[in-house]
Amino acid sequence: MHIMNCILIDDDATARLIIHQLCKKSERINVLAEFSSAIDAIKYLNTNHVDLVYLDIHMPTFSGFDFIQTLKNPIKIILTTSDKNHALEAFEYKSVVDYLVKPISKERFNKSIEKLETLPIEAANNHLETQKLADYIYVNVDKRLVKINIPSIYLVEAKGDYINIKTHETNYLVHSTLKKIQDKLPSNMFFKVHRSFIINFSEIIDIEDNTVLVKQDVVPVSRSNKSELMKKLNLL
Amino acid sequence: METPNLSFIKEIAGDDEIFQKRILEIIKKEFTEEVSLFKTNFSLKKYEDAANDVHKIKHKISLLALEQGSKKASEFEKELKEGIITLHPTFLEILNKIHVYLSN
Repeated sequence: MHIMNCILIDDDATARLIIHQLCKKSERINVLAEFSSAIDAIKYLNTNHVDLVYLDIHMPTFSGFDFIQTLKNPIKIILTTSDKNHALEAFEYKSVVDYLVKPISKERFNKSIEKLETLPIEAANNHLETQKLADYIYVNVDKRLVKINIPSIYLVEAKGDYINIKTHETNYLVHSTLKKIQDKLPSNMFFKVHRSFIINFSEIIDIEDNTVLVKQDVVPVSRSNKSELMKKLNLL
Repeated sequence: METPNLSFIKEIAGDDEIFQKRILEIIKKEFTEEVSLFKTNFSLKKYEDAANDVHKIKHKISLLALEQGSKKASEFEKELKEGIITLHPTFLEILNKIHVYLSN
């Protein structure tokens, strides 16, 4: 049995004590440290290895989501919050493996541990898992999580606070950013040709001056990205 | 009408009496501080800050097994974010109920 070393991040001492107590009852979880601030936890992670983080979302100045975005290495994260409304956003992050709503019952906590046991632990396995997940993404459309096969995406366009994901089957308007989806898409298939457009370059029909035709969409290519795009093409 | 009780905390504590004693001490301490902060922010009409205070207090309400109280606190938190304060008296009643319970 692999023991997972974890840290707890929550500005609420009561919440930290409850989670610590629940961890104590599990043979699988070892609590290395507790933090009332995510910034202190980041400093700790710079010099210490942990497998798992129990992370509160709602914290002053630096939220749980801010913390996730600073992580350089993949760490499993279990979010703990009094707010059910962040669940969909939470699972947009690959590192989030579970979402526990406070007050966390013993039963729900134990289920979460069982879930962890089915997940790979070593970094190599994490890599395999990433590969396995790379064929599709889930997006939030009208409060539903919709699965999209990544190869079916031919264009993503930024539209204010939304992105329009165009696939061969249909289009999806999703509240997200081009940067977020770019991080999820394989770089050997997708390329950001313009600050508002990501294309699947295997779907390019033709290129003319500073535009590309992808399916029936004419997409602008910024001057700075054109040479990089040309390198990615199988030119004769 | 629901009343505060330790059923949830006892479930987590099991036979660990030290934990049970410690958690109650921390709840008392944090509850007093958070309520004081909430009252200040509310009186200054800093409703966004007051909503954050309610969010923190809400966890204590649910830990003391006040399921309906926790739901009302969630609604009040949402109201405050929109600058609405109709649930303020209801919330104060919940706070008072907990205050009396923790003082005994």
